[in-house]
Amino acid sequence: MANNKIKKLTPTQQEYRQLALKRQPARPVLMNCLRAFLVGGLICVVGQGIQEAFMHFAGMTLKQAAAPTVAVLIAAAVALTAMGVYDKLGQWAGAGSAVPVTGFANAMSSAAIEHRSEGLVLGTGANMFKLAGSVIVFGTVAAFIIGLIRFVFGYGG
Amino acid sequence: MTMLKGHQSWQFREKPVILSSATVVGPFEGRGPLAHDFDIVHDDSLVGQDSWEKAERTYLEEASKIALQKAGMTQDQLSFYLGGDLMNQITSSSYAARTLAMPYIGLFGACSTSMEGLALASYLISTGGARYAMTGTCSHNSTAEKQFRYPTEYGSQKPPYAQYTVTGAGAALVAGEGDGPRVAAATIGRVVDMGITDPFNMGAAMAPAAVDTIISHFRDLGVGPDHYDLIVTGDLAKVGFELATDLFDKHRIPMHKTRYRDCGMMIYDYDKQMVQAGGSGCACSAVVTYGHLLNKLRAGELRRILVVATGALMSPLALQQSESIPGIAHAVALEAPDHLMNKEG
Repeated sequence: MANNKIKKLTPTQQEYRQLALKRQPARPVLMNCLRAFLVGGLICVVGQGIQEAFMHFAGMTLKQAAAPTVAVLIAAAVALTAMGVYDKLGQWAGAGSAVPVTGFANAMSSAAIEHRSEGLVLGTGANMFKLAGSVIVFGTVAAFIIGLIRFVFGYGG
Repeated sequence: MTMLKGHQSWQFREKPVILSSATVVGPFEGRGPLAHDFDIVHDDSLVGQDSWEKAERTYLEEASKIALQKAGMTQDQLSFYLGGDLMNQITSSSYAARTLAMPYIGLFGACSTSMEGLALASYLISTGGARYAMTGTCSHNSTAEKQFRYPTEYGSQKPPYAQYTVTGAGAALVAGEGDGPRVAAATIGRVVDMGITDPFNMGAAMAPAAVDTIISHFRDLGVGPDHYDLIVTGDLAKVGFELATDLFDKHRIPMHKTRYRDCGMMIYDYDKQMVQAGGSGCACSAVVTYGHLLNKLRAGELRRILVVATGALMSPLALQQSESIPGIAHAVALEAPDHLMNKEG
Protein backbone atom coordinates (compact mmCIF):
# COMPACT_ATOMS: atom_id res chain seq x y z
CA MET A 1 0.00 0.00 0.00
CA ALA A 2 2.61 2.50 1.11
CA ASN A 3 4.89 1.45 -1.73
CA ASN A 4 2.14 1.95 -4.30
CA LYS A 5 1.64 5.44 -3.00
CA ILE A 6 5.32 6.31 -3.33
CA LYS A 7 5.48 4.86 -6.88
CA LYS A 8 2.71 7.22 -7.97
CA LEU A 9 4.76 10.26 -6.96
CA THR A 10 6.84 12.18 -9.47
CA PRO A 11 10.65 12.09 -9.12
CA THR A 12 10.62 15.63 -7.63
CA GLN A 13 8.04 14.59 -5.07
CA GLN A 14 10.03 11.48 -4.19
CA GLU A 15 13.17 13.53 -3.80
CA TYR A 16 11.37 15.97 -1.50
CA ARG A 17 9.91 13.13 0.55
CA GLN A 18 13.41 11.80 1.12
CA LEU A 19 14.60 15.25 2.18
CA ALA A 20 11.59 15.69 4.48
CA LEU A 21 12.27 12.32 6.10
CA LYS A 22 15.88 13.32 6.64
CA ARG A 23 14.87 16.60 8.29
CA GLN A 24 12.19 15.01 10.43
CA PRO A 25 13.52 14.73 14.00
CA ALA A 26 13.55 11.10 15.07
CA ARG A 27 11.30 9.94 17.87
CA PRO A 28 13.49 9.19 20.90
CA VAL A 29 12.64 5.47 20.75
CA LEU A 30 14.94 4.25 23.52
CA MET A 31 13.84 6.97 25.94
CA ASN A 32 10.20 6.35 25.00
CA CYS A 33 10.64 2.63 25.73
CA LEU A 34 12.20 3.38 29.10
CA ARG A 35 9.43 5.80 30.06
CA ALA A 36 6.75 3.37 28.86
CA PHE A 37 8.38 0.62 30.93
CA LEU A 38 8.49 2.82 34.05
CA VAL A 39 4.97 4.28 33.84
CA GLY A 40 3.32 1.11 32.49
CA GLY A 41 5.04 -0.88 35.21
CA LEU A 42 4.04 1.63 37.87
CA ILE A 43 0.38 1.47 36.83
CA CYS A 44 0.54 -2.33 37.10
CA VAL A 45 2.17 -2.12 40.53
CA VAL A 46 -0.59 0.23 41.68
CA GLY A 47 -3.16 -2.21 40.27
CA GLN A 48 -1.49 -5.08 42.10
CA GLY A 49 -1.56 -3.05 45.30
CA ILE A 50 -5.28 -2.38 44.92
CA GLN A 51 -5.95 -6.05 44.31
CA GLU A 52 -3.93 -7.07 47.37
CA ALA A 53 -5.87 -4.51 49.39
CA PHE A 54 -9.21 -5.96 48.29
CA MET A 55 -8.00 -9.46 49.21
CA HIS A 56 -6.48 -8.40 52.51
CA PHE A 57 -9.07 -5.94 53.81
CA ALA A 58 -12.28 -7.13 52.12
CA GLY A 59 -11.49 -10.83 52.33
CA MET A 60 -11.95 -11.43 48.59
CA THR A 61 -10.38 -14.26 46.64
CA LEU A 62 -7.93 -13.50 43.83
CA LYS A 63 -10.71 -13.97 41.25
CA GLN A 64 -13.23 -11.86 43.19
CA ALA A 65 -10.78 -9.00 43.58
CA ALA A 66 -10.10 -8.71 39.82
CA ALA A 67 -13.27 -6.83 38.82
CA PRO A 68 -13.25 -4.19 41.59
CA THR A 69 -9.51 -3.61 40.98
CA VAL A 70 -10.13 -2.80 37.31
CA ALA A 71 -13.06 -0.58 38.32
CA VAL A 72 -10.87 1.45 40.69
CA LEU A 73 -8.17 1.88 38.01
CA ILE A 74 -10.76 2.98 35.45
CA ALA A 75 -12.34 5.45 37.88
CA ALA A 76 -8.92 6.90 38.67
CA ALA A 77 -8.04 7.25 34.98
CA VAL A 78 -11.37 8.95 34.23
CA ALA A 79 -10.80 11.36 37.13
CA LEU A 80 -7.28 12.17 35.89
CA THR A 81 -8.66 12.69 32.37
CA ALA A 82 -11.34 15.06 33.64
CA MET A 83 -8.74 17.02 35.59
CA GLY A 84 -6.64 17.40 32.44
CA VAL A 85 -3.70 15.42 33.77
CA TYR A 86 -3.84 12.19 31.76
CA ASP A 87 -3.03 13.78 28.38
CA LYS A 88 0.11 15.34 29.83
CA LEU A 89 1.08 12.00 31.35
CA GLY A 90 0.45 10.45 27.90
CA GLN A 91 2.83 12.84 26.18
CA TRP A 92 5.56 11.85 28.64
CA ALA A 93 4.84 8.16 29.04
CA GLY A 94 3.57 7.19 25.56
CA ALA A 95 2.59 3.54 25.43
CA GLY A 96 3.15 3.30 29.19
CA SER A 97 -0.11 5.10 29.89
CA ALA A 98 -1.90 4.08 26.67
CA VAL A 99 -1.66 0.28 26.84
CA PRO A 100 -2.94 -0.50 30.38
CA VAL A 101 -6.70 -0.47 31.05
CA THR A 102 -6.33 3.15 32.21
CA GLY A 103 -5.48 4.11 28.62
CA PHE A 104 -8.70 2.58 27.40
CA ALA A 105 -10.63 4.50 30.06
CA ASN A 106 -8.87 7.69 28.94
CA ALA A 107 -9.77 7.07 25.28
CA MET A 108 -13.45 6.69 26.17
CA SER A 109 -13.75 9.47 28.73
CA SER A 110 -11.76 12.02 26.69
CA ALA A 111 -14.09 11.48 23.71
CA ALA A 112 -17.11 11.66 26.01
CA ILE A 113 -15.96 14.97 27.54
CA GLU A 114 -14.94 16.40 24.16
CA HIS A 115 -18.36 15.92 22.59
CA ARG A 116 -20.43 16.87 25.63
CA SER A 117 -21.13 20.23 23.94
CA GLU A 118 -23.13 18.47 21.21
CA GLY A 119 -25.58 17.01 23.76
CA LEU A 120 -25.82 13.81 25.78
CA VAL A 121 -27.25 11.55 23.05
CA LEU A 122 -25.70 12.75 19.78
CA GLY A 123 -22.59 14.13 21.46
CA THR A 124 -21.37 12.06 24.39
CA GLY A 125 -23.33 8.91 23.55
CA ALA A 126 -22.52 8.77 19.86
CA ASN A 127 -18.86 9.77 20.14
CA MET A 128 -17.78 7.94 23.27
CA PHE A 129 -16.57 4.94 21.26
CA LYS A 130 -14.95 7.03 18.53
CA LEU A 131 -11.45 6.00 19.58
CA ALA A 132 -12.18 2.91 21.65
CA GLY A 133 -14.72 1.44 19.21
CA SER A 134 -12.24 -0.16 16.87
CA VAL A 135 -10.42 -1.75 19.84
CA ILE A 136 -13.67 -3.45 20.79
CA VAL A 137 -14.51 -4.49 17.21
CA PHE A 138 -11.12 -6.01 16.45
CA GLY A 139 -10.78 -7.37 19.99
CA THR A 140 -14.03 -9.26 19.48
CA VAL A 141 -13.01 -10.46 16.01
CA ALA A 142 -9.64 -11.66 17.34
CA ALA A 143 -11.33 -13.41 20.27
CA PHE A 144 -13.72 -15.14 17.86
CA ILE A 145 -10.86 -16.42 15.70
CA ILE A 146 -8.90 -17.65 18.72
CA GLY A 147 -12.09 -19.30 20.00
CA LEU A 148 -12.55 -21.00 16.65
CA ILE A 149 -8.98 -22.31 16.69
CA ARG A 150 -9.48 -23.64 20.19
CA PHE A 151 -12.73 -25.29 19.17
CA VAL A 152 -11.23 -26.97 16.08
CA PHE A 153 -8.20 -28.27 17.87
CA GLY A 154 -10.12 -28.97 21.05
CA TYR A 155 -7.40 -27.74 23.40
CA GLY A 156 -7.83 -26.40 26.88
CA GLY A 157 -11.39 -27.72 27.38
CA MET B 1 -5.08 51.33 -8.80
CA THR B 2 -3.70 47.88 -8.90
CA MET B 3 -1.43 46.42 -11.48
CA LEU B 4 -1.06 42.77 -12.24
CA LYS B 5 2.64 42.13 -12.11
CA GLY B 6 4.05 39.04 -13.68
CA HIS B 7 1.99 35.93 -13.36
CA GLN B 8 0.33 36.03 -9.95
CA SER B 9 1.16 39.26 -8.12
CA TRP B 10 -0.53 42.58 -7.51
CA GLN B 11 1.45 45.75 -7.07
CA PHE B 12 -0.59 48.52 -5.50
CA ARG B 13 0.16 51.95 -6.99
CA GLU B 14 -1.66 53.74 -4.21
CA LYS B 15 -0.79 51.52 -1.35
CA PRO B 16 -3.73 50.64 0.92
CA VAL B 17 -3.26 51.54 4.59
CA ILE B 18 -3.77 49.30 7.59
CA LEU B 19 -5.61 51.84 9.75
CA SER B 20 -5.75 49.60 12.78
CA SER B 21 -5.20 46.03 13.83
CA ALA B 22 -6.02 43.99 16.90
CA THR B 23 -5.00 40.68 18.41
CA VAL B 24 -6.57 38.57 21.15
CA VAL B 25 -4.88 35.42 22.42
CA GLY B 26 -5.30 32.65 24.97
CA PRO B 27 -3.37 32.10 28.21
CA PHE B 28 -0.76 29.80 26.68
CA GLU B 29 0.21 32.38 24.02
CA GLY B 30 0.33 34.97 26.82
CA ARG B 31 3.21 33.03 28.35
CA GLY B 32 5.21 33.31 25.11
CA PRO B 33 7.80 35.97 24.25
CA LEU B 34 5.40 38.18 22.22
CA ALA B 35 2.79 38.63 24.99
CA HIS B 36 3.29 42.41 25.24
CA ASP B 37 2.34 42.83 21.55
CA PHE B 38 -1.19 41.46 22.00
CA ASP B 39 -4.21 43.62 22.86
CA ILE B 40 -5.89 41.07 25.11
CA VAL B 41 -4.39 38.00 26.75
CA HIS B 42 -7.20 35.91 28.22
CA ASP B 43 -6.55 33.84 31.29
CA ASP B 44 -9.34 31.40 30.38
CA SER B 45 -9.09 29.73 27.00
CA LEU B 46 -12.86 29.11 27.05
CA VAL B 47 -13.45 32.87 27.57
CA GLY B 48 -16.59 32.10 29.58
CA GLN B 49 -18.26 30.16 26.74
CA ASP B 50 -19.64 26.64 27.07
CA SER B 51 -17.80 25.13 24.10
CA TRP B 52 -14.40 25.52 22.42
CA GLU B 53 -16.09 26.44 19.13
CA LYS B 54 -18.02 29.29 20.71
CA ALA B 55 -14.83 30.43 22.42
CA GLU B 56 -12.94 30.56 19.11
CA ARG B 57 -15.67 32.72 17.60
CA THR B 58 -15.58 35.03 20.63
CA TYR B 59 -11.85 35.63 20.12
CA LEU B 60 -12.51 36.76 16.54
CA GLU B 61 -15.44 38.98 17.52
CA GLU B 62 -13.31 40.65 20.17
CA ALA B 63 -10.36 41.23 17.84
CA SER B 64 -12.64 42.72 15.17
CA LYS B 65 -14.37 45.02 17.63
CA ILE B 66 -11.08 46.26 19.10
CA ALA B 67 -9.75 46.99 15.60
CA LEU B 68 -12.88 49.05 14.94
CA GLN B 69 -12.51 50.91 18.24
CA LYS B 70 -8.87 51.71 17.59
CA ALA B 71 -9.79 53.27 14.24
CA GLY B 72 -12.69 55.10 15.90
CA MET B 73 -15.19 53.57 13.51
CA THR B 74 -18.44 51.66 13.66
CA GLN B 75 -19.24 48.53 11.69
CA ASP B 76 -21.76 50.23 9.42
CA GLN B 77 -18.93 52.32 7.95
CA LEU B 78 -17.20 49.18 6.69
CA SER B 79 -17.91 47.89 3.20
CA PHE B 80 -16.83 44.29 3.64
CA TYR B 81 -15.62 41.77 6.15
CA LEU B 82 -13.30 39.06 4.81
CA GLY B 83 -12.72 36.17 7.13
CA GLY B 84 -11.94 32.49 7.38
CA ASP B 85 -10.75 29.84 9.82
CA LEU B 86 -10.03 26.15 10.16
CA MET B 87 -13.43 24.92 11.27
CA ASN B 88 -15.74 22.98 8.98
CA GLN B 89 -17.95 25.44 7.07
CA ILE B 90 -15.65 28.23 8.41
CA THR B 91 -18.11 28.42 11.30
CA SER B 92 -16.16 30.78 13.55
CA SER B 93 -15.84 33.48 10.88
CA SER B 94 -19.38 33.19 9.58
CA TYR B 95 -20.86 33.39 13.07
CA ALA B 96 -18.58 36.28 13.99
CA ALA B 97 -19.74 38.01 10.80
CA ARG B 98 -23.32 37.38 11.95
CA THR B 99 -22.54 39.28 15.15
CA LEU B 100 -20.66 42.05 13.36
CA ALA B 101 -23.46 42.37 10.79
CA MET B 102 -21.22 43.46 7.91
CA PRO B 103 -21.36 42.30 4.28
CA TYR B 104 -19.22 39.19 4.50
CA ILE B 105 -16.88 37.32 2.18
CA GLY B 106 -16.00 33.91 3.62
CA LEU B 107 -12.56 32.56 2.80
CA PHE B 108 -10.86 29.23 3.23
CA GLY B 109 -7.10 29.00 2.91
CA ALA B 110 -6.44 27.04 6.10
CA CYS B 111 -3.60 28.79 7.96
CA SER B 112 -2.84 31.00 4.93
CA THR B 113 -6.18 32.80 5.46
CA SER B 114 -4.60 35.76 7.27
CA MET B 115 -2.65 36.96 4.22
CA GLU B 116 -5.28 35.74 1.74
CA GLY B 117 -7.73 38.05 3.52
CA LEU B 118 -5.30 40.95 3.72
CA ALA B 119 -4.35 40.60 0.02
CA LEU B 120 -8.00 40.56 -1.07
CA ALA B 121 -9.02 43.40 1.25
CA SER B 122 -6.16 45.50 -0.13
CA TYR B 123 -7.19 44.62 -3.67
CA LEU B 124 -10.79 45.69 -3.00
CA ILE B 125 -9.59 48.96 -1.52
CA SER B 126 -7.11 49.70 -4.30
CA THR B 127 -9.68 49.20 -7.07
CA GLY B 128 -12.27 51.33 -5.33
CA GLY B 129 -14.39 48.24 -4.68
CA ALA B 130 -14.52 49.09 -1.00
CA ARG B 131 -13.91 52.18 1.10
CA TYR B 132 -13.04 50.35 4.31
CA ALA B 133 -12.60 46.60 4.59
CA MET B 134 -11.80 44.42 7.54
CA THR B 135 -10.10 41.06 7.47
CA GLY B 136 -9.80 38.64 10.34
CA THR B 137 -9.02 35.07 11.18
CA CYS B 138 -8.84 32.87 14.25
CA SER B 139 -7.94 29.43 15.52
CA HIS B 140 -8.23 27.59 18.81
CA ASN B 141 -5.99 24.79 19.99
CA SER B 142 -8.86 22.70 21.34
CA THR B 143 -11.17 23.04 18.30
CA ALA B 144 -8.33 22.15 15.94
CA GLU B 145 -7.35 19.12 18.01
CA LYS B 146 -11.00 18.04 18.13
CA GLN B 147 -11.59 18.38 14.39
CA PHE B 148 -8.26 17.27 12.97
CA ARG B 149 -6.71 14.98 15.57
CA TYR B 150 -7.87 13.52 18.89
CA PRO B 151 -9.97 14.76 21.82
CA THR B 152 -7.99 17.31 23.84
CA GLU B 153 -7.78 15.12 26.93
CA TYR B 154 -6.73 11.99 25.02
CA GLY B 155 -3.30 10.87 26.16
CA SER B 156 -1.57 10.21 22.86
CA GLN B 157 2.12 10.94 22.43
CA LYS B 158 2.85 13.61 19.83
CA PRO B 159 6.02 13.21 17.75
CA PRO B 160 8.76 15.88 18.11
CA TYR B 161 7.82 17.36 14.71
CA ALA B 162 4.16 17.97 15.64
CA GLN B 163 2.95 21.57 16.00
CA TYR B 164 0.80 23.37 18.55
CA THR B 165 -2.25 25.27 17.24
CA VAL B 166 -2.32 28.87 18.42
CA THR B 167 -5.40 30.01 20.34
CA GLY B 168 -6.31 33.53 19.32
CA ALA B 169 -7.55 35.87 16.63
CA GLY B 170 -6.25 38.79 14.64
CA ALA B 171 -8.05 41.45 12.63
CA ALA B 172 -6.94 44.35 10.45
CA LEU B 173 -8.83 47.32 9.07
CA VAL B 174 -7.73 48.38 5.59
CA ALA B 175 -8.48 51.75 4.00
CA GLY B 176 -7.48 53.80 0.97
CA GLU B 177 -5.97 56.65 2.91
CA GLY B 178 -4.88 57.46 6.43
CA ASP B 179 -1.91 56.84 8.64
CA GLY B 180 -0.48 53.41 9.22
CA PRO B 181 1.57 50.62 7.70
CA ARG B 182 0.95 50.22 3.97
CA VAL B 183 0.33 47.20 1.78
CA ALA B 184 2.70 47.43 -1.18
CA ALA B 185 2.13 44.19 -3.04
CA ALA B 186 0.67 40.72 -2.76
CA THR B 187 1.34 37.36 -4.38
CA ILE B 188 -1.36 34.70 -4.54
CA GLY B 189 0.13 31.23 -4.23
CA ARG B 190 -0.48 28.01 -6.11
CA VAL B 191 -1.47 24.77 -4.43
CA VAL B 192 1.70 22.72 -4.11
CA ASP B 193 1.56 19.06 -3.12
CA MET B 194 4.83 17.24 -2.61
CA GLY B 195 3.27 14.01 -1.42
CA ILE B 196 3.54 14.41 2.36
CA THR B 197 0.97 12.22 4.12
CA ASP B 198 1.84 12.55 7.81
CA PRO B 199 -0.80 14.83 9.40
CA PHE B 200 1.62 15.66 12.22
CA ASN B 201 4.28 16.89 9.81
CA MET B 202 2.45 19.98 8.53
CA GLY B 203 5.62 22.06 8.25
CA ALA B 204 7.01 19.63 5.66
CA ALA B 205 3.74 19.73 3.71
CA MET B 206 3.69 23.54 3.57
CA ALA B 207 7.38 24.41 3.07
CA PRO B 208 7.41 23.81 -0.74
CA ALA B 209 4.34 26.07 -1.15
CA ALA B 210 6.01 28.84 0.86
CA VAL B 211 9.17 28.61 -1.24
CA ASP B 212 7.15 28.53 -4.47
CA THR B 213 5.20 31.68 -3.52
CA ILE B 214 8.31 33.56 -2.37
CA ILE B 215 10.20 32.72 -5.58
CA SER B 216 7.16 33.75 -7.65
CA HIS B 217 6.95 37.00 -5.71
CA PHE B 218 10.60 37.83 -6.42
CA ARG B 219 10.19 36.92 -10.10
CA ASP B 220 6.92 38.85 -10.61
CA LEU B 221 8.11 42.03 -8.91
CA GLY B 222 11.69 41.84 -10.07
CA VAL B 223 13.11 42.08 -6.57
CA GLY B 224 15.32 39.89 -4.40
CA PRO B 225 15.40 38.99 -0.71
CA ASP B 226 17.49 42.12 0.01
CA HIS B 227 14.43 44.26 -0.84
CA TYR B 228 13.01 43.29 2.56
CA ASP B 229 14.29 43.81 6.10
CA LEU B 230 12.47 40.69 7.15
CA ILE B 231 10.71 37.80 5.47
CA VAL B 232 8.48 35.66 7.67
CA THR B 233 6.61 32.48 6.88
CA GLY B 234 3.37 31.73 8.69
CA ASP B 235 3.62 28.48 10.58
CA LEU B 236 6.27 26.19 9.16
CA ALA B 237 7.82 25.71 12.63
CA LYS B 238 11.25 24.12 13.11
CA VAL B 239 10.98 21.25 10.63
CA GLY B 240 9.30 23.20 7.83
CA PHE B 241 11.64 26.16 8.34
CA GLU B 242 14.68 23.95 7.89
CA LEU B 243 13.17 22.37 4.78
CA ALA B 244 12.32 25.80 3.34
CA THR B 245 15.93 26.89 3.96
CA ASP B 246 17.12 23.76 2.13
CA LEU B 247 14.83 24.53 -0.81
CA PHE B 248 15.99 28.16 -1.00
CA ASP B 249 19.56 26.90 -1.19
CA LYS B 250 18.61 24.43 -3.88
CA HIS B 251 17.02 27.20 -5.96
CA ARG B 252 19.97 29.51 -5.23
CA ILE B 253 17.85 32.20 -3.58
CA PRO B 254 20.21 34.40 -1.51
CA MET B 255 18.07 34.43 1.64
CA HIS B 256 21.16 35.32 3.70
CA LYS B 257 20.72 38.88 2.35
CA THR B 258 17.63 39.35 4.48
CA ARG B 259 16.42 38.05 7.82
CA TYR B 260 14.26 35.01 7.38
CA ARG B 261 12.05 33.94 10.31
CA ASP B 262 8.91 31.91 10.95
CA CYS B 263 5.91 33.06 13.03
CA GLY B 264 5.49 29.52 14.37
CA MET B 265 8.94 29.76 15.90
CA MET B 266 8.47 33.30 17.27
CA ILE B 267 5.27 32.93 19.27
CA TYR B 268 6.32 30.35 21.88
CA ASP B 269 9.24 29.86 24.20
CA TYR B 270 10.72 26.48 23.29
CA ASP B 271 12.54 26.17 26.60
CA LYS B 272 9.50 26.69 28.79
CA GLN B 273 6.55 25.60 26.62
CA MET B 274 5.84 22.06 25.39
CA VAL B 275 5.02 22.86 21.76
CA GLN B 276 7.19 20.30 19.93
CA ALA B 277 8.24 21.93 16.61
CA GLY B 278 6.38 25.24 17.19
CA GLY B 279 3.10 27.05 16.59
CA SER B 280 0.53 26.62 13.83
CA GLY B 281 -3.04 27.57 13.01
CA CYS B 282 -4.71 30.53 11.30
CA ALA B 283 -4.08 32.70 14.35
CA CYS B 284 -0.33 32.01 14.32
CA SER B 285 0.62 34.27 11.40
CA ALA B 286 -2.34 36.59 12.17
CA VAL B 287 -1.40 37.49 15.75
CA VAL B 288 2.34 37.65 15.04
CA THR B 289 1.77 39.94 12.03
CA TYR B 290 -1.12 42.07 13.30
CA GLY B 291 0.43 42.35 16.74
CA HIS B 292 4.20 42.07 16.80
CA LEU B 293 5.25 42.90 13.20
CA LEU B 294 2.87 45.82 12.59
CA ASN B 295 4.08 47.35 15.86
CA LYS B 296 7.65 47.12 14.55
CA LEU B 297 6.59 48.79 11.28
CA ARG B 298 4.71 51.53 13.17
CA ALA B 299 7.81 52.15 15.28
CA GLY B 300 10.00 52.26 12.19
CA GLU B 301 12.15 49.39 13.46
CA LEU B 302 11.28 47.58 10.24
CA ARG B 303 10.67 49.31 6.92
CA ARG B 304 9.79 46.61 4.43
CA ILE B 305 8.65 43.12 5.28
CA LEU B 306 7.17 40.19 3.40
CA VAL B 307 4.67 38.05 5.28
CA VAL B 308 4.05 34.65 3.73
CA ALA B 309 1.15 32.88 5.45
CA THR B 310 1.29 29.14 4.88
CA GLY B 311 -1.64 26.74 4.89
CA ALA B 312 -1.96 22.96 4.85
CA LEU B 313 -5.18 22.28 2.96
CA MET B 314 -5.67 19.13 4.96
CA SER B 315 -8.86 17.19 5.30
CA PRO B 316 -8.91 14.27 7.75
CA LEU B 317 -11.36 12.50 5.41
CA ALA B 318 -9.13 12.87 2.33
CA LEU B 319 -6.13 11.65 4.35
CA GLN B 320 -7.99 8.53 5.44
CA GLN B 321 -8.73 7.91 1.78
CA SER B 322 -4.94 7.82 1.14
CA GLU B 323 -4.63 11.36 -0.22
CA SER B 324 -1.61 13.55 0.51
CA ILE B 325 -1.60 17.02 2.09
CA PRO B 326 -1.58 19.96 -0.35
CA GLY B 327 0.02 23.19 0.80
CA ILE B 328 -0.58 26.82 -0.15
CA ALA B 329 1.02 30.16 0.72
CA HIS B 330 0.05 33.77 0.10
CA ALA B 331 2.52 36.63 0.42
CA VAL B 332 1.83 40.25 1.32
CA ALA B 333 4.50 42.95 1.27
CA LEU B 334 4.10 45.53 4.03
CA GLU B 335 5.80 48.89 4.51
CA ALA B 336 6.25 51.26 7.44
CA PRO B 337 3.92 54.32 7.55
CA ASP B 338 4.76 57.06 5.00
CA HIS B 339 6.43 59.52 7.38
CA LEU B 340 8.85 56.79 8.44
CA MET B 341 9.51 55.58 4.91
CA ASN B 342 10.26 59.10 3.59
CA LYS B 343 12.54 60.02 6.45
CA GLU B 344 15.53 58.26 5.02
CA GLY B 345 14.54 58.85 1.43
